[in-house]
Amino acid sequence: MRIAPTLRPWIAFGLFAALCYALRDQAGWIVKYPTPWVIPLEAWLNVAMDWFVAHFQTIFRGISWAMEWPMTGIQATLHWLPWPVTIAIFTAIAHRAGGWKLAAFTLGSLLYMLITGYWFESMNTLALVGVSVPLSVAIGFGLGILSFRSNWAWRIVDPMLDLMQTVPAFAYLIPILLLFGFGPVVGLIASAIYAAPPMVRNTMLGLQRVPSDIRESGLMSGCTPRQSFWWVEVPTALPQILVGVNQTTMAALSMVIIAAIIGGFGDIGWEVLSTMRKAQFGQSLLAGIVIAIMAMIMDRVTRGLTDRERNLAESHTDSSFQRHRHLIVGGGAAVAFLVLAHVVAPLKSYPESWIVHNAVADWLNHGIDWFVANYSAVTDGLKNSANFFVLLPLRIGLLKAVYPKFWGFAMTPEIAAAYWIGMVALAAWCFWRGRQVLGIIIAIAAPTLFWGLEGMPWPVFIGLVGLVAYLAGGLLTTVFVVASFGFMLVNGLWAETMRSVYLCGAAVLLCFLIGGALGVWAAGNDRVSAAMRPINDTLQTMPQFVILIPVLMFFAVGEFSALLAVIIYAIVPPIRYVEHGLRNVRPDVVEAAKQIGCTDRQILFDVKLPLALPVIMLGLNQTIMYGLAMLVIAALVGTKGLGQAVYLALGKANAGMGLVAGLSIALVAMSADRILQAWSRRKRKALGL
Amino acid sequence: MTDRSQAEADFSDVPVTERPVKLSCRNIWKVYGTDPGKFFETAQYGRNGAVPNPDAHVDKIRAQEHIVAAGDVSFDVHAGEIFIIMGLSGSGKSTMVRCLSRLVEPTAGEVLLDGENLLAASETDLIDIRRHRMGMVFQNFGLMPHLTVLENVAFPLKVQGVGKVEREKRAQEMIELVGLEGREMSFPRQLSGGQQQRVGIARSLCVGPELWFLDEPFSALDPLIRRQMQDEFVRLQTMLHKTIVFITHDFLEALKLGDRICIMKDGRVVQIGTPSELVLNPADDYVAEFTEDVPLVRVIRVRDVLDPATDGLPPDAATVSPDQCLEEILPAFAGSDTGLAVVNKDGKLIGKVTAAGVVKALAHGERDGRQAVAAG
Ligand SMILES: Nc1ncnc2c1ncn2[C@@H]1O[C@H](COP(=O)(O)OP(=O)(O)OP(=O)(O)O)[C@@H](O)[C@H]1O
Ligand SMILES: [Mg+2]
Repeated sequence: MRIAPTLRPWIAFGLFAALCYALRDQAGWIVKYPTPWVIPLEAWLNVAMDWFVAHFQTIFRGISWAMEWPMTGIQATLHWLPWPVTIAIFTAIAHRAGGWKLAAFTLGSLLYMLITGYWFESMNTLALVGVSVPLSVAIGFGLGILSFRSNWAWRIVDPMLDLMQTVPAFAYLIPILLLFGFGPVVGLIASAIYAAPPMVRNTMLGLQRVPSDIRESGLMSGCTPRQSFWWVEVPTALPQILVGVNQTTMAALSMVIIAAIIGGFGDIGWEVLSTMRKAQFGQSLLAGIVIAIMAMIMDRVTRGLTDRERNLAESHTDSSFQRHRHLIVGGGAAVAFLVLAHVVAPLKSYPESWIVHNAVADWLNHGIDWFVANYSAVTDGLKNSANFFVLLPLRIGLLKAVYPKFWGFAMTPEIAAAYWIGMVALAAWCFWRGRQVLGIIIAIAAPTLFWGLEGMPWPVFIGLVGLVAYLAGGLLTTVFVVASFGFMLVNGLWAETMRSVYLCGAAVLLCFLIGGALGVWAAGNDRVSAAMRPINDTLQTMPQFVILIPVLMFFAVGEFSALLAVIIYAIVPPIRYVEHGLRNVRPDVVEAAKQIGCTDRQILFDVKLPLALPVIMLGLNQTIMYGLAMLVIAALVGTKGLGQAVYLALGKANAGMGLVAGLSIALVAMSADRILQAWSRRKRKALGL
Repeated sequence: MTDRSQAEADFSDVPVTERPVKLSCRNIWKVYGTDPGKFFETAQYGRNGAVPNPDAHVDKIRAQEHIVAAGDVSFDVHAGEIFIIMGLSGSGKSTMVRCLSRLVEPTAGEVLLDGENLLAASETDLIDIRRHRMGMVFQNFGLMPHLTVLENVAFPLKVQGVGKVEREKRAQEMIELVGLEGREMSFPRQLSGGQQQRVGIARSLCVGPELWFLDEPFSALDPLIRRQMQDEFVRLQTMLHKTIVFITHDFLEALKLGDRICIMKDGRVVQIGTPSELVLNPADDYVAEFTEDVPLVRVIRVRDVLDPATDGLPPDAATVSPDQCLEEILPAFAGSDTGLAVVNKDGKLIGKVTAAGVVKALAHGERDGRQAVAAG
């Protein structure tokens, strides 16, 4: 029989894998990487860190001290301002940015913070954001210009951005703590690291996309280089740069909330975290809502303020009252309230007795208790089936996971034999019918499901990702991917890595099944699409913390909750990309297919999906990034794996351990990114897109 | 600066090639690639671009994986002349005009503006020259999307630090010149292509430049608007008398607007001449193909068929000017069988044209010009 050349590497891999599986019992190191082989990178990092802290701490403490000034300034101002004044100012800004709808929403939200008694914490968070956003924007803008100007700088900045976005913040909180000392500045630095990359990327993109004849027309007008930059290039790139401002603002807020984990600042993130730890879900829900509405307002405001069309129209309306009406009305109201507040005491500081916090929280708690008591059968059923039929088999394999209590039968040798015969037959049938990809997937899935990811020998896993990387992106990608997983192996984090890969993999798979279906639906139905858009927008702007609350409320701590949290957070990209990909298939191709007589189903599966595949793959990429990012946060609600390792390191203030585990997550993310990007590029080229 | 007149000195009585040279381009080379400079480092093949055997040098450079966007291009543009550069896509037209304004740095050669080497000008001198002496119109308009029409036109003055009131007054004049009054507060994207290009033209004229570069200014417009803009351009030039380098790949446009035409191919100059020279004596098939579809009546001018003898001309004969092309005077023959009086700008009778003379010239041109090429 002739073997197709595309199959050859797979057959070689299959033989190698079979050998590894066969040797599992004889050579234990093939499954479990021996501890003595682990290199003590973690300890070295700690030594280096100690040395660095000892020598340079004063400098960093100085920076920390300098940064605290503006922050305490803003904080003090916000606390000093009577609440109606603050409300008037923010409502006016909201009106300027998004019209009366956003103004009403903002007004309602601020009143909510007041009534629920979270005014103080909210103002603290705002103070943090107020420093962190300008800081991130400034750093991002500067780096963006630098990378645009010099190729050389870009070569350094580019991989740095990848790291900044994929290394979980928990991992660098410890070094920052050690250097800058305990306090809110830690959150600021962390958010500058995490939130600057979108600004860098968008600044650069915007500048690169300035059409050459606009640049040249500036030069021919006689611009000096400086004039050309500030009067021609930056204004032309502004819409793109402002997209960066929006993304950076949202990331900064998200990070400011996450940094609450180190505590001690009395901000709203801390409120959520501490009540969640005490299982006071009513309270955490109330506080979580504050974060959610803050995120929504900031998103709309930054988008609205930066909406060019509006601004241009605004700046050219005739009457100067029209132009400055927000300033005049808002400022007038603010001054009026400021004066009034000195006469009417409740306007100065909101009276304690008007706060309805405890009653509402108790009422919510009762509601939750009642729900859990009455519907635990449903929630537990869902949780248990997911655990026993999906998660456990994936992790420890059917061999161990199948037991009579849940499955109704035990894994006897006969059943195992039947499983293998069935799988082999299925794979053989696929190959016989020419469906090689499916055949390969089944051939890989069969042993993986049987022994579980934890039972998969590490050479098999590394060989598999290496082979996929090679087929997708060539030698360089392979080297990167293999080295990355090698890094986790030699650092003794293999079990944790597999645990993360498994959980993230399961979540991504489910996200894609559910999200993909929703995306297909939305692509074919404008009403559904319109209805889904605000939900997606809201989910995307939501700081990750907030998502944990409802999950914990109904499903308690555990792997299933983590899975659910990751799915909720990561489901948006598949919906969006699938819809976008399907909608943007060239209409003439679809028309041709219709004309030939394809059914809708055929058009979807044989025409649209294959053509949309490169876009969908980028969606998969995003889903994995989101999934891994959430995985670390989900460590708070009980997952094992790399996320938990980072989180534990934070608790122990073990900088080395945090960095190694954090870097591992980043490497997993970057490996997936490299493979999928390369694959999508290749596919795009093949399709001539 | 505003007191300086927009219009340059009027040389329109003097044939273009006898006027003073405004801009001179000597052996310009522009080579793209990893190390373009290495081809112009020896004494013989130096930075002045005057190489002994340009064709061989082009081949040598191309053999080493470099792109010769312009190779040994030389021409003189005279004061008040409209000099057209033509060629197929990728033949190096934009590259040339950008070398003249130093938006791209030529690899070798010299550009003389009023006898001074532009390539030796320092960064500050160059900015000064661009601010006061050059204007440029771009194929895709190159308007600033964030500025209104008025602000766009005033931009070159803003860059110079002219105060807001003064620059907007001046910009307003320019806007009126191109017929856009009423649209001052619009943004570029709210305008049609033709209107956008008027803004581009107004902007490039705002500082009253002596030299005017236009890189395919009308190519992005549809035929009707293009014709309109061409007429507009002719109108402006009869008022302003700028020295113009105009790029196009439309021969009819070149014919309508240009004094002389330079045809380029693959970065090299193939032929430079007046429209009728190109049509009647094309240097090779490439040029002939360009001019193939051009009706001779549009190329041959009255001065080409002028009969200096004025005998037999009735006193009431219709008059024509020596610069008109035959197409324009044909209708006048309908009412006369004796001939038309040719009268120059000052109203002096300088000769006549007869129907027989016109027919002869056309038949002659057809045979000698085009068929010679076909045979050779
Ligand atoms: N920055 C550059 N790098 C490399 N090659 C270039 C560059 N700019 C232009 N070229 C090459 O130089 C040649 C001439 O380009 P140019 O833009 O001058 O052509 P053109 O005659 O203006 O064409 P068109 O009519 O399409 O505008 C082309 O082959 C082009 O690919
Ligand atoms: Mg061009």
